[in-house]
Amino acid sequence: MRETLRDAITIARKDLLLEFRARTTAISALVFSALVLVIFYFARDPTEISDRALAPSVLWVTFTFAGMLGLNRAFQIELETRALDGILLAPANRTSLYLGKVFANLAFVLMLEAITVPLFGVFFNVDVVSPLVPLAGVIILATIAFVAVGTLFSAMTARTRFAELMLPVLLVPFLMPPITAAVQMTERLFAGRPLSEVAGWLRLLAAYDIAFVILGILLFEATLDE
Amino acid sequence: MTPLERATRLSNLGLAVTTVGFVALAGVYVRALAFTPLERFQGPAQKIFYVHVPAAFCALLAFGIVGVISLLYLWLKDERLDLFSASAAEVGVAFSVVMLTTGPLWGKPVWGTWWTWDARLTLTLFLFFLFVGYLLLRNAVPEPTQRARYSAVLGISGLVLIPFIHISVYLFRTLHPEPILLKPGRPSLPTTMLTTLLLSLGVFAVLLVGFLMQRYGLALTRAAREERGLA
Repeated sequence: MRETLRDAITIARKDLLLEFRARTTAISALVFSALVLVIFYFARDPTEISDRALAPSVLWVTFTFAGMLGLNRAFQIELETRALDGILLAPANRTSLYLGKVFANLAFVLMLEAITVPLFGVFFNVDVVSPLVPLAGVIILATIAFVAVGTLFSAMTARTRFAELMLPVLLVPFLMPPITAAVQMTERLFAGRPLSEVAGWLRLLAAYDIAFVILGILLFEATLDE
Repeated sequence: MTPLERATRLSNLGLAVTTVGFVALAGVYVRALAFTPLERFQGPAQKIFYVHVPAAFCALLAFGIVGVISLLYLWLKDERLDLFSASAAEVGVAFSVVMLTTGPLWGKPVWGTWWTWDARLTLTLFLFFLFVGYLLLRNAVPEPTQRARYSAVLGISGLVLIPFIHISVYLFRTLHPEPILLKPGRPSLPTTMLTTLLLSLGVFAVLLVGFLMQRYGLALTRAAREERGLA
Protein backbone atom coordinates (compact mmCIF):
# COMPACT_ATOMS: atom_id res chain seq x y z
CA MET A 1 0.00 0.00 0.00
CA ARG A 2 2.70 2.45 1.03
CA GLU A 3 4.82 1.39 -1.92
CA THR A 4 1.90 1.92 -4.29
CA LEU A 5 1.44 5.43 -3.00
CA ARG A 6 5.15 6.18 -3.18
CA ASP A 7 5.33 5.00 -6.79
CA ALA A 8 2.19 6.95 -7.59
CA ILE A 9 3.78 10.11 -6.24
CA THR A 10 6.92 9.45 -8.27
CA ILE A 11 4.87 9.14 -11.45
CA ALA A 12 2.84 12.23 -10.60
CA ARG A 13 6.01 14.19 -9.91
CA LYS A 14 7.44 13.15 -13.26
CA ASP A 15 4.28 14.32 -15.05
CA LEU A 16 4.17 17.61 -13.21
CA LEU A 17 7.85 18.21 -13.81
CA LEU A 18 7.36 17.66 -17.54
CA GLU A 19 4.40 20.00 -17.45
CA PHE A 20 6.29 22.59 -15.46
CA ARG A 21 9.20 22.56 -17.88
CA ALA A 22 7.13 22.78 -21.04
CA ARG A 23 4.23 24.84 -19.61
CA THR A 24 2.38 24.74 -22.93
CA THR A 25 -0.71 22.85 -21.75
CA ALA A 26 -1.00 24.75 -18.48
CA ILE A 27 -0.77 28.15 -20.13
CA SER A 28 -3.12 27.22 -22.98
CA ALA A 29 -5.63 25.83 -20.50
CA LEU A 30 -5.44 28.99 -18.42
CA VAL A 31 -5.91 31.27 -21.39
CA PHE A 32 -8.74 29.03 -22.52
CA SER A 33 -10.57 29.28 -19.18
CA ALA A 34 -10.18 33.05 -19.14
CA LEU A 35 -11.67 33.13 -22.64
CA VAL A 36 -14.58 30.90 -21.62
CA LEU A 37 -15.34 33.25 -18.71
CA VAL A 38 -15.34 36.25 -21.05
CA ILE A 39 -17.51 34.54 -23.64
CA PHE A 40 -20.01 33.52 -20.98
CA TYR A 41 -20.20 37.05 -19.68
CA PHE A 42 -21.35 38.25 -23.08
CA ALA A 43 -23.41 35.18 -24.00
CA ARG A 44 -26.51 36.43 -22.21
CA ASP A 45 -28.86 39.36 -22.03
CA PRO A 46 -27.55 41.42 -19.05
CA THR A 47 -30.96 43.03 -18.48
CA GLU A 48 -32.59 39.62 -18.14
CA ILE A 49 -29.95 37.50 -16.43
CA SER A 50 -27.78 38.97 -13.69
CA ASP A 51 -24.12 38.08 -13.20
CA ARG A 52 -25.00 36.42 -9.93
CA ALA A 53 -27.67 34.15 -11.40
CA LEU A 54 -25.32 32.87 -14.05
CA ALA A 55 -22.15 32.72 -11.93
CA PRO A 56 -22.19 29.18 -10.45
CA SER A 57 -22.93 27.54 -13.81
CA VAL A 58 -20.25 29.58 -15.56
CA LEU A 59 -17.67 28.58 -13.01
CA TRP A 60 -18.35 24.86 -13.45
CA VAL A 61 -18.71 24.86 -17.19
CA THR A 62 -15.37 26.66 -17.38
CA PHE A 63 -13.71 24.13 -15.08
CA THR A 64 -15.12 21.26 -17.09
CA PHE A 65 -14.00 22.58 -20.46
CA ALA A 66 -10.54 23.57 -19.31
CA GLY A 67 -10.07 20.42 -17.26
CA MET A 68 -10.81 18.25 -20.25
CA LEU A 69 -7.92 19.86 -22.12
CA GLY A 70 -5.62 18.77 -19.33
CA LEU A 71 -6.92 15.21 -19.22
CA ASN A 72 -6.16 14.51 -22.84
CA ARG A 73 -2.56 15.42 -22.19
CA ALA A 74 -1.96 12.89 -19.37
CA PHE A 75 -1.73 9.82 -21.58
CA GLN A 76 -0.82 11.46 -24.84
CA ILE A 77 2.62 12.36 -23.52
CA GLU A 78 3.08 8.68 -22.66
CA LEU A 79 2.23 7.53 -26.16
CA GLU A 80 4.79 9.70 -27.87
CA THR A 81 7.95 7.66 -28.18
CA ARG A 82 6.08 4.83 -26.40
CA ALA A 83 7.02 6.12 -22.96
CA LEU A 84 4.15 4.16 -21.42
CA ASP A 85 5.88 0.86 -22.21
CA GLY A 86 8.81 2.04 -20.13
CA ILE A 87 6.58 2.83 -17.18
CA LEU A 88 4.83 -0.52 -17.48
CA LEU A 89 8.21 -2.27 -17.42
CA ALA A 90 9.20 -0.44 -14.25
CA PRO A 91 8.70 -2.40 -11.01
CA ALA A 92 5.54 -0.50 -10.07
CA ASN A 93 2.03 -1.92 -10.10
CA ARG A 94 -0.83 -0.75 -12.29
CA THR A 95 -2.68 0.87 -9.41
CA SER A 96 0.23 3.19 -8.76
CA LEU A 97 0.21 4.22 -12.41
CA TYR A 98 -3.48 5.03 -12.22
CA LEU A 99 -3.12 6.88 -8.92
CA GLY A 100 -0.03 8.69 -10.18
CA LYS A 101 -1.96 9.94 -13.19
CA VAL A 102 -4.88 10.87 -10.94
CA PHE A 103 -2.58 12.85 -8.64
CA ALA A 104 -0.93 14.66 -11.53
CA ASN A 105 -4.27 15.47 -13.15
CA LEU A 106 -5.67 16.56 -9.83
CA ALA A 107 -2.74 18.91 -9.26
CA PHE A 108 -3.03 20.23 -12.80
CA VAL A 109 -6.77 20.88 -12.69
CA LEU A 110 -6.71 22.29 -9.15
CA MET A 111 -3.95 24.67 -10.12
CA LEU A 112 -6.03 25.76 -13.09
CA GLU A 113 -9.04 26.26 -10.81
CA ALA A 114 -7.05 28.16 -8.21
CA ILE A 115 -6.12 30.74 -10.84
CA THR A 116 -9.55 30.79 -12.48
CA VAL A 117 -11.50 31.44 -9.26
CA PRO A 118 -10.11 34.93 -8.49
CA LEU A 119 -10.42 35.86 -12.14
CA PHE A 120 -14.01 34.68 -12.06
CA GLY A 121 -14.64 36.66 -8.87
CA VAL A 122 -13.45 39.83 -10.57
CA PHE A 123 -15.24 39.28 -13.90
CA PHE A 124 -18.56 38.24 -12.39
CA ASN A 125 -18.41 40.52 -9.38
CA VAL A 126 -18.83 37.63 -6.96
CA ASP A 127 -17.36 37.54 -3.48
CA VAL A 128 -15.22 34.42 -3.54
CA VAL A 129 -13.20 35.33 -0.46
CA SER A 130 -15.72 34.91 2.37
CA PRO A 131 -16.90 31.42 1.36
CA LEU A 132 -13.36 30.45 0.38
CA VAL A 133 -12.89 27.44 2.66
CA PRO A 134 -16.15 25.62 1.91
CA LEU A 135 -15.81 26.63 -1.75
CA ALA A 136 -12.36 25.07 -1.89
CA GLY A 137 -13.82 21.93 -0.32
CA VAL A 138 -16.55 21.71 -2.96
CA ILE A 139 -14.04 22.33 -5.75
CA ILE A 140 -11.70 19.63 -4.45
CA LEU A 141 -14.49 17.06 -4.07
CA ALA A 142 -15.92 17.72 -7.52
CA THR A 143 -12.46 17.75 -9.09
CA ILE A 144 -11.69 14.34 -7.58
CA ALA A 145 -14.85 13.02 -9.25
CA PHE A 146 -13.92 14.64 -12.55
CA VAL A 147 -10.34 13.38 -12.47
CA ALA A 148 -11.14 9.84 -11.25
CA VAL A 149 -13.42 9.14 -14.22
CA GLY A 150 -11.49 11.35 -16.61
CA THR A 151 -8.17 9.61 -16.00
CA LEU A 152 -9.70 6.18 -16.51
CA PHE A 153 -11.35 7.25 -19.75
CA SER A 154 -8.46 9.24 -21.13
CA ALA A 155 -6.24 6.16 -20.73
CA MET A 156 -8.54 4.58 -23.32
CA THR A 157 -9.40 7.51 -25.55
CA ALA A 158 -5.76 8.59 -25.95
CA ARG A 159 -5.26 5.42 -27.98
CA THR A 160 -8.34 5.82 -30.16
CA ARG A 161 -8.90 7.76 -33.30
CA PHE A 162 -10.29 11.28 -32.67
CA ALA A 163 -9.05 11.21 -29.06
CA GLU A 164 -9.87 14.87 -28.40
CA LEU A 165 -13.46 14.33 -29.43
CA MET A 166 -13.91 10.90 -27.93
CA LEU A 167 -13.05 11.92 -24.37
CA PRO A 168 -15.81 14.52 -23.94
CA VAL A 169 -18.38 12.28 -25.63
CA LEU A 170 -17.69 9.54 -23.10
CA LEU A 171 -16.95 11.73 -20.11
CA VAL A 172 -19.71 14.33 -20.10
CA PRO A 173 -22.57 11.94 -19.21
CA PHE A 174 -20.48 10.88 -16.23
CA LEU A 175 -20.03 14.47 -15.14
CA MET A 176 -23.74 15.11 -14.78
CA PRO A 177 -23.99 14.08 -11.09
CA PRO A 178 -20.79 15.77 -9.83
CA ILE A 179 -21.29 18.98 -11.81
CA THR A 180 -24.93 19.27 -10.79
CA ALA A 181 -23.94 18.75 -7.17
CA ALA A 182 -21.10 21.26 -7.42
CA VAL A 183 -23.29 23.93 -9.04
CA GLN A 184 -26.00 23.48 -6.42
CA MET A 185 -23.49 23.81 -3.59
CA THR A 186 -21.62 26.74 -5.16
CA GLU A 187 -24.89 28.55 -5.68
CA ARG A 188 -25.67 28.21 -1.93
CA LEU A 189 -22.21 29.41 -0.96
CA PHE A 190 -22.40 32.48 -3.19
CA ALA A 191 -25.80 33.27 -1.68
CA GLY A 192 -24.19 33.23 1.75
CA ARG A 193 -25.99 30.09 2.87
CA PRO A 194 -24.37 27.22 4.81
CA LEU A 195 -23.51 23.97 3.08
CA SER A 196 -25.72 22.05 5.50
CA GLU A 197 -28.68 23.19 3.40
CA VAL A 198 -27.44 21.00 0.59
CA ALA A 199 -26.22 18.07 2.66
CA GLY A 200 -27.87 15.66 0.22
CA TRP A 201 -25.69 16.92 -2.62
CA LEU A 202 -22.60 16.78 -0.47
CA ARG A 203 -23.27 13.15 0.40
CA LEU A 204 -23.97 12.33 -3.23
CA LEU A 205 -20.70 13.90 -4.34
CA ALA A 206 -18.70 12.13 -1.62
CA ALA A 207 -20.29 8.79 -2.53
CA TYR A 208 -19.53 9.43 -6.20
CA ASP A 209 -15.88 10.14 -5.39
CA ILE A 210 -15.51 6.94 -3.41
CA ALA A 211 -17.34 4.80 -5.97
CA PHE A 212 -15.41 6.06 -8.98
CA VAL A 213 -11.97 6.12 -7.41
CA ILE A 214 -12.45 2.47 -6.45
CA LEU A 215 -13.88 1.67 -9.88
CA GLY A 216 -10.95 3.42 -11.54
CA ILE A 217 -8.44 1.40 -9.53
CA LEU A 218 -10.24 -1.84 -10.35
CA LEU A 219 -10.81 -1.17 -14.03
CA PHE A 220 -7.61 0.64 -14.95
CA GLU A 221 -5.69 -2.53 -15.64
CA ALA A 222 -8.14 -3.39 -18.42
CA THR A 223 -7.21 -0.18 -20.25
CA LEU A 224 -3.55 -1.17 -20.60
CA ASP A 225 -2.16 -3.26 -23.40
CA GLU A 226 -0.26 -6.29 -22.28
CA MET B 1 -20.87 -27.84 -37.67
CA THR B 2 -18.39 -25.06 -38.40
CA PRO B 3 -18.60 -21.81 -36.39
CA LEU B 4 -19.76 -20.05 -39.53
CA GLU B 5 -22.67 -22.47 -39.99
CA ARG B 6 -23.60 -22.15 -36.34
CA ALA B 7 -23.59 -18.37 -36.60
CA THR B 8 -25.75 -18.45 -39.72
CA ARG B 9 -28.19 -20.81 -38.03
CA LEU B 10 -28.44 -18.49 -35.04
CA SER B 11 -29.13 -15.53 -37.34
CA ASN B 12 -31.82 -17.45 -39.17
CA LEU B 13 -33.43 -18.57 -35.94
CA GLY B 14 -33.29 -14.95 -34.78
CA LEU B 15 -35.02 -13.89 -37.98
CA ALA B 16 -37.78 -16.41 -37.31
CA VAL B 17 -38.23 -15.16 -33.75
CA THR B 18 -38.30 -11.54 -34.96
CA THR B 19 -40.92 -12.40 -37.59
CA VAL B 20 -43.10 -14.03 -34.96
CA GLY B 21 -42.56 -10.94 -32.81
CA PHE B 22 -43.66 -8.58 -35.58
CA VAL B 23 -46.78 -10.62 -36.36
CA ALA B 24 -47.65 -10.64 -32.68
CA LEU B 25 -46.96 -6.90 -32.55
CA ALA B 26 -49.54 -6.36 -35.28
CA GLY B 27 -51.95 -8.36 -33.13
CA VAL B 28 -51.18 -6.21 -30.11
CA TYR B 29 -51.79 -3.05 -32.17
CA VAL B 30 -55.20 -4.35 -33.26
CA ARG B 31 -56.04 -5.14 -29.68
CA ALA B 32 -54.76 -1.81 -28.41
CA LEU B 33 -56.57 0.25 -31.02
CA ALA B 34 -59.84 -1.62 -31.39
CA PHE B 35 -60.41 -3.69 -28.29
CA THR B 36 -58.95 -1.61 -25.50
CA PRO B 37 -61.10 1.27 -24.19
CA LEU B 38 -60.09 4.89 -24.72
CA GLU B 39 -58.54 6.53 -21.72
CA ARG B 40 -60.97 9.11 -20.34
CA PHE B 41 -58.56 12.06 -19.97
CA GLN B 42 -55.86 11.38 -22.49
CA GLY B 43 -57.98 10.07 -25.35
CA PRO B 44 -56.29 8.30 -28.25
CA ALA B 45 -52.87 9.70 -27.27
CA GLN B 46 -52.74 7.16 -24.49
CA LYS B 47 -52.48 4.33 -27.06
CA ILE B 48 -48.81 5.13 -27.54
CA PHE B 49 -48.32 3.90 -24.00
CA TYR B 50 -48.47 0.31 -25.30
CA VAL B 51 -45.40 0.95 -27.45
CA HIS B 52 -43.53 3.40 -25.28
CA VAL B 53 -43.46 1.47 -22.02
CA PRO B 54 -42.35 -1.86 -23.50
CA ALA B 55 -39.68 -0.11 -25.58
CA ALA B 56 -38.36 1.63 -22.48
CA PHE B 57 -38.41 -1.66 -20.63
CA CYS B 58 -36.39 -3.35 -23.40
CA ALA B 59 -33.89 -0.49 -23.58
CA LEU B 60 -33.27 -0.72 -19.85
CA LEU B 61 -32.97 -4.47 -20.06
CA ALA B 62 -30.47 -4.19 -22.92
CA PHE B 63 -28.45 -1.71 -20.89
CA GLY B 64 -28.40 -4.07 -17.93
CA ILE B 65 -27.21 -6.83 -20.25
CA VAL B 66 -24.34 -4.66 -21.53
CA GLY B 67 -23.21 -3.89 -17.98
CA VAL B 68 -23.41 -7.44 -16.65
CA ILE B 69 -21.87 -9.05 -19.74
CA SER B 70 -19.06 -6.47 -19.66
CA LEU B 71 -18.28 -7.54 -16.12
CA LEU B 72 -18.27 -11.18 -17.21
CA TYR B 73 -15.98 -10.32 -20.11
CA LEU B 74 -13.32 -8.78 -17.91
CA TRP B 75 -13.49 -11.90 -15.78
CA LEU B 76 -13.59 -14.63 -18.44
CA LYS B 77 -12.00 -12.78 -21.41
CA ASP B 78 -14.20 -14.67 -23.88
CA GLU B 79 -14.52 -12.81 -27.19
CA ARG B 80 -18.11 -13.99 -27.62
CA LEU B 81 -19.17 -12.11 -24.47
CA ASP B 82 -17.85 -8.91 -26.01
CA LEU B 83 -19.70 -9.54 -29.25
CA PHE B 84 -22.86 -10.25 -27.30
CA SER B 85 -22.63 -7.08 -25.26
CA ALA B 86 -21.98 -5.04 -28.41
CA SER B 87 -25.08 -6.60 -29.96
CA ALA B 88 -27.12 -5.75 -26.87
CA ALA B 89 -25.90 -2.15 -27.02
CA GLU B 90 -26.94 -1.78 -30.65
CA VAL B 91 -30.36 -3.31 -30.02
CA GLY B 92 -30.64 -1.09 -26.94
CA VAL B 93 -30.06 2.01 -29.07
CA ALA B 94 -32.89 0.93 -31.37
CA PHE B 95 -35.30 0.54 -28.45
CA SER B 96 -34.07 3.81 -26.90
CA VAL B 97 -34.86 5.63 -30.12
CA VAL B 98 -38.40 4.20 -30.08
CA MET B 99 -38.75 5.21 -26.45
CA LEU B 100 -37.36 8.72 -26.95
CA THR B 101 -39.52 9.44 -29.99
CA THR B 102 -42.80 8.00 -28.70
CA GLY B 103 -42.37 9.77 -25.34
CA PRO B 104 -42.51 13.35 -26.64
CA LEU B 105 -45.28 12.41 -29.09
CA TRP B 106 -47.38 11.46 -26.08
CA GLY B 107 -46.07 14.23 -23.86
CA LYS B 108 -47.12 17.07 -26.17
CA PRO B 109 -50.89 16.45 -26.07
CA VAL B 110 -50.98 15.12 -22.51
CA TRP B 111 -48.41 17.12 -20.57
CA GLY B 112 -48.50 20.10 -22.92
CA THR B 113 -44.78 19.88 -23.65
CA TRP B 114 -42.47 17.77 -25.75
CA TRP B 115 -39.94 17.33 -23.03
CA THR B 116 -39.64 17.65 -19.28
CA TRP B 117 -36.69 16.94 -17.00
CA ASP B 118 -38.58 14.34 -15.08
CA ALA B 119 -36.48 11.67 -13.35
CA ARG B 120 -37.32 8.87 -15.75
CA LEU B 121 -36.93 11.00 -18.87
CA THR B 122 -33.55 12.28 -17.82
CA LEU B 123 -32.36 8.84 -16.88
CA THR B 124 -33.38 7.34 -20.20
CA LEU B 125 -31.82 10.21 -22.12
CA PHE B 126 -28.51 9.55 -20.38
CA LEU B 127 -28.94 5.86 -21.04
CA PHE B 128 -29.18 6.71 -24.71
CA PHE B 129 -26.05 8.91 -24.56
CA LEU B 130 -24.16 6.11 -22.84
CA PHE B 131 -25.23 3.59 -25.49
CA VAL B 132 -24.17 5.94 -28.26
CA GLY B 133 -20.86 6.65 -26.54
CA TYR B 134 -20.30 2.93 -26.15
CA LEU B 135 -20.83 2.31 -29.86
CA LEU B 136 -18.69 5.31 -30.85
CA LEU B 137 -15.86 4.04 -28.69
CA ARG B 138 -16.11 0.61 -30.31
CA ASN B 139 -15.90 2.27 -33.69
CA ALA B 140 -12.79 4.19 -32.75
CA VAL B 141 -10.76 1.17 -31.64
CA PRO B 142 -9.72 -1.12 -34.50
CA GLU B 143 -7.94 -3.84 -32.53
CA PRO B 144 -10.51 -6.46 -31.30
CA THR B 145 -9.22 -7.35 -27.82
CA GLN B 146 -8.41 -3.75 -27.04
CA ARG B 147 -11.88 -2.78 -28.21
CA ALA B 148 -13.41 -5.47 -26.03
CA ARG B 149 -11.53 -4.34 -22.93
CA TYR B 150 -12.29 -0.67 -23.48
CA SER B 151 -15.96 -1.21 -24.08
CA ALA B 152 -16.21 -3.47 -21.03
CA VAL B 153 -14.70 -0.70 -18.89
CA LEU B 154 -17.24 1.75 -20.26
CA GLY B 155 -20.14 -0.70 -19.87
CA ILE B 156 -19.34 -1.34 -16.22
CA SER B 157 -18.79 2.35 -15.47
CA GLY B 158 -22.16 3.11 -17.04
CA LEU B 159 -23.86 0.62 -14.79
CA VAL B 160 -22.31 2.33 -11.74
CA LEU B 161 -23.27 5.77 -13.06
CA ILE B 162 -26.98 5.10 -13.50
CA PRO B 163 -27.97 5.15 -9.78
CA PHE B 164 -26.01 8.40 -9.32
CA ILE B 165 -27.87 10.08 -12.17
CA HIS B 166 -31.14 8.85 -10.74
CA ILE B 167 -30.41 10.30 -7.29
CA SER B 168 -29.16 13.57 -8.84
CA VAL B 169 -32.34 14.09 -10.78
CA TYR B 170 -34.37 13.28 -7.70
CA LEU B 171 -32.44 15.80 -5.57
CA PHE B 172 -32.61 18.37 -8.34
CA ARG B 173 -36.38 18.08 -8.60
CA THR B 174 -37.19 18.13 -4.92
CA LEU B 175 -35.47 21.50 -4.57
CA HIS B 176 -37.81 23.08 -7.09
CA PRO B 177 -41.59 23.27 -7.26
CA GLU B 178 -43.12 20.98 -9.84
CA PRO B 179 -44.94 22.70 -12.70
CA ILE B 180 -48.66 22.07 -12.40
CA LEU B 181 -49.23 21.60 -16.10
CA LEU B 182 -46.60 18.88 -16.40
CA LYS B 183 -47.85 16.72 -13.59
CA PRO B 184 -48.14 13.19 -14.94
CA GLY B 185 -50.89 11.89 -12.63
CA ARG B 186 -51.07 8.30 -13.72
CA PRO B 187 -54.23 6.43 -12.86
CA SER B 188 -53.91 2.77 -12.03
CA LEU B 189 -54.84 0.75 -15.06
CA PRO B 190 -58.12 -1.00 -15.67
CA THR B 191 -57.76 -4.71 -16.48
CA THR B 192 -58.21 -4.49 -20.26
CA MET B 193 -55.49 -1.86 -20.55
CA LEU B 194 -53.21 -3.80 -18.26
CA THR B 195 -53.68 -6.95 -20.33
CA THR B 196 -52.84 -5.06 -23.52
CA LEU B 197 -49.75 -3.59 -21.86
CA LEU B 198 -48.59 -6.96 -20.61
CA LEU B 199 -49.17 -8.53 -24.04
CA SER B 200 -47.19 -5.74 -25.61
CA LEU B 201 -44.41 -6.18 -23.09
CA GLY B 202 -44.27 -9.87 -23.96
CA VAL B 203 -44.14 -9.11 -27.68
CA PHE B 204 -41.39 -6.56 -27.21
CA ALA B 205 -39.43 -9.05 -25.17
CA VAL B 206 -39.74 -11.51 -28.07
CA LEU B 207 -38.54 -8.80 -30.44
CA LEU B 208 -35.62 -8.03 -28.16
CA VAL B 209 -34.61 -11.68 -28.16
CA GLY B 210 -35.08 -11.90 -31.94
CA PHE B 211 -33.01 -8.78 -32.62
CA LEU B 212 -30.32 -9.90 -30.22
CA MET B 213 -30.08 -13.34 -31.83
CA GLN B 214 -29.80 -11.85 -35.29
CA ARG B 215 -27.28 -9.22 -34.30
CA TYR B 216 -25.22 -11.67 -32.28
CA GLY B 217 -25.36 -14.19 -35.14
CA LEU B 218 -24.10 -11.48 -37.47
CA ALA B 219 -21.26 -10.64 -35.10
CA LEU B 220 -20.29 -14.30 -34.88
CA THR B 221 -20.43 -14.62 -38.66
CA ARG B 222 -18.11 -11.68 -39.03
CA ALA B 223 -15.72 -13.07 -36.45
CA ALA B 224 -15.71 -16.49 -38.14
CA ARG B 225 -15.10 -14.90 -41.56
CA GLU B 226 -12.25 -12.83 -40.24
CA GLU B 227 -10.69 -15.87 -38.67
CA ARG B 228 -10.99 -17.84 -41.90
CA GLY B 229 -9.58 -14.92 -43.83
CA LEU B 230 -6.59 -14.86 -41.55
CA ALA B 231 -6.04 -18.64 -41.61
